[in-house]
Formats: sequence, C-alpha cells, structure tokens
Amino acid sequence: MNLLFAVMIGVLYGAGFYLILRRSFVKVLIGLILLAHGANLLILTVGRLTKGNPVFVNSGTDATAFADPLPQALILTAIVIGFGIQAFALVLFKRAYKTAKTDDLDEMRNTDLSS
Amino acid sequence: MLFFVLLGFITAVLVPLIKKISDNFLSWIIPIIPASIFFYFASFYYQIADGEVIKVSYSWIPSLGINFDFYIDGLSLVFAMIISLVGTVVYLYAGSYLKGDTRLSKFYIYISIFMSSMIGVVTSDNLMTLFIFWELTSISSYLLIGFNHEKESSRYSALQALLVTGLGGLALLAGFILLYITTGTWDISEINKMPAEVIGSSYFFLIVIFILLGTFTKSAQFPFHFWLPNAMEAPTPVSAYLHSATMVKAGIYLMARLNPAFGNSILWNDLLLVFGTATMLFAAVLSFKQTDLKKLLAYSTLSVLGTLTMLIGIGSDLAIKAFIIYLIAHSLYKGTLFLVAGIIDHETGTRNIEKLSGLRKLMPITMIIAVAASLSKMGIIPLVGFVGKETVYASVLELPIFGNYLIVITILANMFVVYITAMVGFRPFFGKLKSTPKNPHEAPFRMWSGPMFLALSGLVLGIFSSLFLNKLINSSELGIISERLNIPVKLWHGFNLELLLSTITVLLGLFLYFKREYFLKFVASFSSVKFVQPSYYYQFIFDGTLSLAKYITSKIQNGYLRFYILVILLTTFSLIAYTLHTFYSFNEINIGGSVSVYEVILAFILIISTLLAVSAKSRLAAIVGLGGVGYVIALFFLIYSAPDLAMTQFSIETLTVILFVLVIYKLPKYLSFSSTTRRIRDIIVASFAGLTMFFLVLVISGTSLTSELKEYFIAESYPSGKGLNVVNVILVDFRALDTLGEITVLAVAAIGVYSLLKLRKKDN
Repeated sequence: MNLLFAVMIGVLYGAGFYLILRRSFVKVLIGLILLAHGANLLILTVGRLTKGNPVFVNSGTDATAFADPLPQALILTAIVIGFGIQAFALVLFKRAYKTAKTDDLDEMRNTDLSS
Repeated sequence: MLFFVLLGFITAVLVPLIKKISDNFLSWIIPIIPASIFFYFASFYYQIADGEVIKVSYSWIPSLGINFDFYIDGLSLVFAMIISLVGTVVYLYAGSYLKGDTRLSKFYIYISIFMSSMIGVVTSDNLMTLFIFWELTSISSYLLIGFNHEKESSRYSALQALLVTGLGGLALLAGFILLYITTGTWDISEINKMPAEVIGSSYFFLIVIFILLGTFTKSAQFPFHFWLPNAMEAPTPVSAYLHSATMVKAGIYLMARLNPAFGNSILWNDLLLVFGTATMLFAAVLSFKQTDLKKLLAYSTLSVLGTLTMLIGIGSDLAIKAFIIYLIAHSLYKGTLFLVAGIIDHETGTRNIEKLSGLRKLMPITMIIAVAASLSKMGIIPLVGFVGKETVYASVLELPIFGNYLIVITILANMFVVYITAMVGFRPFFGKLKSTPKNPHEAPFRMWSGPMFLALSGLVLGIFSSLFLNKLINSSELGIISERLNIPVKLWHGFNLELLLSTITVLLGLFLYFKREYFLKFVASFSSVKFVQPSYYYQFIFDGTLSLAKYITSKIQNGYLRFYILVILLTTFSLIAYTLHTFYSFNEINIGGSVSVYEVILAFILIISTLLAVSAKSRLAAIVGLGGVGYVIALFFLIYSAPDLAMTQFSIETLTVILFVLVIYKLPKYLSFSSTTRRIRDIIVASFAGLTMFFLVLVISGTSLTSELKEYFIAESYPSGKGLNVVNVILVDFRALDTLGEITVLAVAAIGVYSLLKLRKKDN
C-alpha cells in the first residue's frame, strides 16, 4: 500500500507543480489545491498507514495497533486552512480579473493598470 | 576606565537634552568632555613614563574570549592624549565655527561618537573590541564627511570613504580571525609575545595582506589614498580632527601596535617600506597642482602618513623614535593648520589660495599661529617639527643599502611638504590684500585659542623636548619594539649631516614655491592621465558593481512568477534527489501490505481526475476533475483509519466545488497562454519533481518510526481530555491554541473574501 500511496503522491505533486508553472491564474490555483492534497497524503503516509483502526480509545485494541492521531490532527488543520487560502485566492483572482481584465499572470507584472 | 572610554557615547545621548537649554550653552559646556578625558589619560603619564603598563578588563562575552580589555602603554597613551587634546580644541572651535547653525548639536553627537570610538581603538587590547571601535570610527567618519548632506559631492565623498575603509575593515576582520586561529587568543598583548608562532604560521602571508589592506585603506596609503582629499568635503573642524590628527592615524597605530609580532618578518617590513615611501612621494607630487587650502593640507597629510608607515617599515630603534616624535609633531601642527584654514575660510568665504593674500594686518593672531605651525611643519628650529624631521632623516640614513636612495625620495617629498606649508601658512598673509567674498576680520576667541594652544605646545615640546618627550618615547617604544631603548631626544645635536639635509630641504621647498608657475605647467601635462589615478579604478569598480547588480537583478528578479517557482523547484528537488541518491539504498524500500482491488480502482480514479484537472480544455471540466480528486482522497482517509479527516474533506470539497463554480463559471473562456516548448519544459520539471516525491515516500516508509507522542496522546486522551476520539481531543484540548490560531486565520480569510466581494469602485 505504500507503493500505491507513493504513486498517488507523486502524481499529485507532479500535476500540482506543472499547474503552478502556468500563466493562467485559475490553473495556478488548481495547482495549489492539488499540491495541498498531495501534502495531506504525504503527512498521512509519513505517520505510517494503518487500515481500519481509528483511534477511539474505548475500542479495546492496544495502543500500538491504532493509527497515529498526531498526523491526522495536523492534516485536519491543513485541510481547513487550505480551504481558507483557496477561498481567498479565488476571490482575489476574481477581483484582479475584474480590474486588470486578464487571466494572464505575465500581464500583471506591474502595479499600474494597462488602460 | 570603561567610563572614560565610553564617555563620548554617553555624551552623544545627552547632547539633545543639553541642547534644549540652548545651543550656545551646549557649545560652551561640551569641551569639558574631551578635556576631562585628556586629564584622565594625562594622569597616567608618570606611571607610564616609569615603564609601567596599565591593564583593565571588563567581561563582555567571556565564552568567546571577547572582552573589554584595555591596555595602556606609551603608544596608547600618546594616541589617547592626542585624540583628547585635539578633541578639546576642535570642540571649542566648532562652537564658534558652526555658531548659529541648527545642526550644531548633530555635529557634537557625531563627533562624540567618533572620539569615543577612536579612544576605544587605541586602548583596546582585544582584537574584536578593537575591530568594533574601528568600524565605529568609519561610520562616524561617514556621517561627518556627509555632514553637508544636501550637497551631492558631500554624499559622494562620504560614501567613497565608507566603502574604501569599510572594505578594508572586512579584510582586517579576516586578518584578525586568522590571527586568532593561529595564536588562539584575541589579546594583542599576548599575540605580541609570540612573534615566532605568528611568523611561522601557514596563514602568515594572508594575515599580513588582510591586516595591511585594513590599515592601508584606513590610513589612506597608496593606492587607496584617493578618499582622503575627497573627504575634505567635511566641515573644517572634522577635517582637522578626523582626517589629519586622529582617524587616519588609526591604521598607523595598528601597524605600530602589532609591530612586535610582525616586525621581524621581511614581508611586513618591505610592504610597509614600499607602500609608505610610494605614498609619501606620490601624495607630495600630487599636492602640487592643488589650489584649495584644505586639499593642499590633505595631500601633505597623506605624505606624512606615508612617512610614518615607512618608518615602521624601517623598524630600527631610531626609526621608531622618529615615528613617535613625528606623529606628535604632525598632529599638533597639522591640526593647527587645518583650523587656520577653517578660520580663513570662515572669515573670507574662500579657500582658494589664488584669491587669498595680504591678510596679515586684518588677522594678526591667526597669522602668528599659522606661521608658528608652518615653521614646525617645515622642520625649522626650535619647534618640535624640527626634532621630528631630524630624527626621520637620521633613521633613513641608517638603513644599510637603500638608505641613499630613500633619503633622496624623503628629501623630495619633504620639499613638497615645505612648498605646501609655504602656500598655506604664509601666502594668504603676505603680499597685497585681495578682495574676498566676505570682509575678513580677526577670528573670535574660541576659534583662535585652540590652534594657538596647539602651536604653542609644538614650541614647548621642541624647546623642552628632552624633558617631556624622552620619558614618554622610551616607554612608547616599549609598545612597538620589544626591548627598551635609551636614545635621548634633544633639540640640538650640533652641526651634522641631518641638519644639512634639513636645510637643503627647506631651501629646495622655498625654491619650488617661488618658481611654482614654471613647475606647474610641467606637472599639469602628466597628472591629467586618468589611468594613473587609482580613483579611476574605484569609479570603474563602483559603476561595474552597480551595473552588474542591475543586470543580475533584471535576470533573476524578472517579475515572472513561474520563473521563480521553476528555480525553487529545481533547486529543492535536485537537493532532495541528491540526498536520496547518496544516503539511501533502494533495497530497503517497504512496499507495504497488500491492497484491495477497490483501493487500486480508487487510485486509478484519482490519477484520471488529476489528469483531467490538468489537461481540461474548459474550466468546468477542470473543476470536475478537482472534485474527483478531493472525494477520492476523502475515501482513502476513511479506509486508512481517519474518519474525522474524511468527514472534513467531504464537506470542504463540496464547498470548494460550489465556490469555484460560482466564481469562475461567469468568467470568459479558459485560455492557455504557454507555447509548446514551455509546456514540454514544465512537464519535464514537474515529472522530475513528482518522481522524486514518489521515491521520497518509498524511502520514508522504509525507515523505522517510533512515536512517543502517539503513545502519550492515546494514554492521556481519556484521563486528561475526557474524550475517546483522540484526534478530536488533540485538536480541542492538547493543541487547543493551534486550533484557536486556525480559527483566527479562517476569520481573517473570511473578512478578506467578504471585503473583496463587496469592494466597489466609487462612481464619481
């Protein structure tokens, strides 16, 4: 299963990096989201994968069999914060598009409006 | 001790408070500061003259061996007394020179910082503390040269001086560190006890080069001399103090201070001798075509600095004696002449010697001071300058092989110094009165009293040289060379070769003075070639550095976001790949347990969705792909024991898709801007990064992991947090503060989103 996760993480990172290298702002944004997914999976994998044994302490299994709760707590935070960033970036993009009339990042290199 | 060394810094802080009373009060009261420092150091005179050495130490960073160690011997005492004495005169003088100027208090702040730094340089026994004070003198010198900062030439000169001496300072630091590595101590007095270790060290060559770069730039030795004449942009009291009597001698001081450790090496001596002699001659010749009073004096200062360096290079007992006398004499008369130049400038409104003549009736006191200082500078009996020059000649003559050549060069250089002196000290006062921009009259008391005092000291020290100088010099030599000497200093040695040479020098100088029209034409033809001017190279390097920086910035900081990302990606992943390749073996990879068919199918969906998100031609298709990725990941969270994550992911993913559709759906066509080549390049880079991540995950999974935190959280979840779901307990209990921060971030983002949506351009 590590192999499976490695493949997924590799694909997500590769796709995310490719997209943030684009000139279109929307693509960069999608790239960022893919990268966030990749990072979340990476944290989960680094904390070791445990199948079907969530950490509810009354379920009777001994401590070593549980999944590690710490990476999960970190990922939870990451998901929520990631959403905040996405929402803000998306609206910022909309705003910038309205003002600069372009989706092309190369056109937004200076602070002056091209009228 | 510490108090008196740091008194200037304290004063700098107090000046704005005293200024509140009145500027006039400030300028009258403040000379007490340098005067008290002078008397403090003068009180050591008898102790030092008896051959004692005073050492005081205050801990600062003992773990690194960096402390406020102060060490006072004859050499330090001579410098400290010169600094505080000339300081007193300059403080008094400036009060009148800058009278009514709103920047007077600023001037006192800068100059007090400078004075303390300078005292620190000459009393520190610790290389590091010395270095810090050294740099502080450079900085205060920068502020003072650029005092008239509204003038562009002032700013330019200030920056030039700072760059040249600052660069030298860096080299000096390197030299000090190497010296520390060699000797294992920052203590100068300790280092001076082990010349064999220093000279025998494998770093010796580098140490000498680095330290000399520092001292040569500071003391404006050829080829770094060019900043000093430009520094004359500073107000005259500053020129008199920093750029004649004290700061430019810091380099000289350091060379003299370290001479016991280095003095026995041929490299050290030869470099000092060659560069000192070059500076002495070169500066003297360059002075010839100057017409500005202060520039003339600056070039003659350069020449003297060269002579002093040369004397340390000769390094014989007699040369060191000459060094001390000449040093004292120069500080007294050159400081005086600068102040006289300031008086003339102040009273007449010009410093151009062509326009100055016949001031003797209008300014008799100034004339007396100028003539007294000039005579001392020319080396005419019975002033201290005479004793100085005699001894210099004697020590040069003593040199076995080069002596004969060197004495010719020395006489030539001194001939120009005599010429300069005649131009500055006599010419403005004699002859017919010329009209000047201002109507000159005698300077106020505060302006002439100080220079008068300095000029008188020159006379007293000359006549009673055997009384005052002898003892001090014998102990000063202790600081420079290792054994004690007993060469008496006398005013009159009888008729001998040195006296003859002195006389010849003065006559040649006067000949030059009266025939200057003829020589000027000759000099003008050769010194206008810019390739012989080191300042040309300074400007070249300066401009070159700026345009190189501009070029690099335009290439690296080109404003294209993706270029930055590309560089970051390549750097990061090359490093990761290199580390993986070098330190880990792929035999230890742990592929992990078995996977079910549905997991493979899910992973397949994830990959397809990702590719869809990447390659979609429409925005909506990309969003569909994105949603697919999110939901698959949520399912994986569910399978791999993370139900909380799965729930969060499901809800967030739904929100994201809704948000995207709402915002983006209304926008025009989904465009692609990049060319095919760019795309292929980016695919290669991204694949490389993805592949590296793939291997990274495999390698990490192969290493063993023990998590104490896991056990702790599981054990404590119910007893401390009263919760069965450990992930929840961590979020709301163990790491509650993090969660609070997270909520805050979300709140800020929400405010941002709201305000961006509501933001409207105001209709006129």
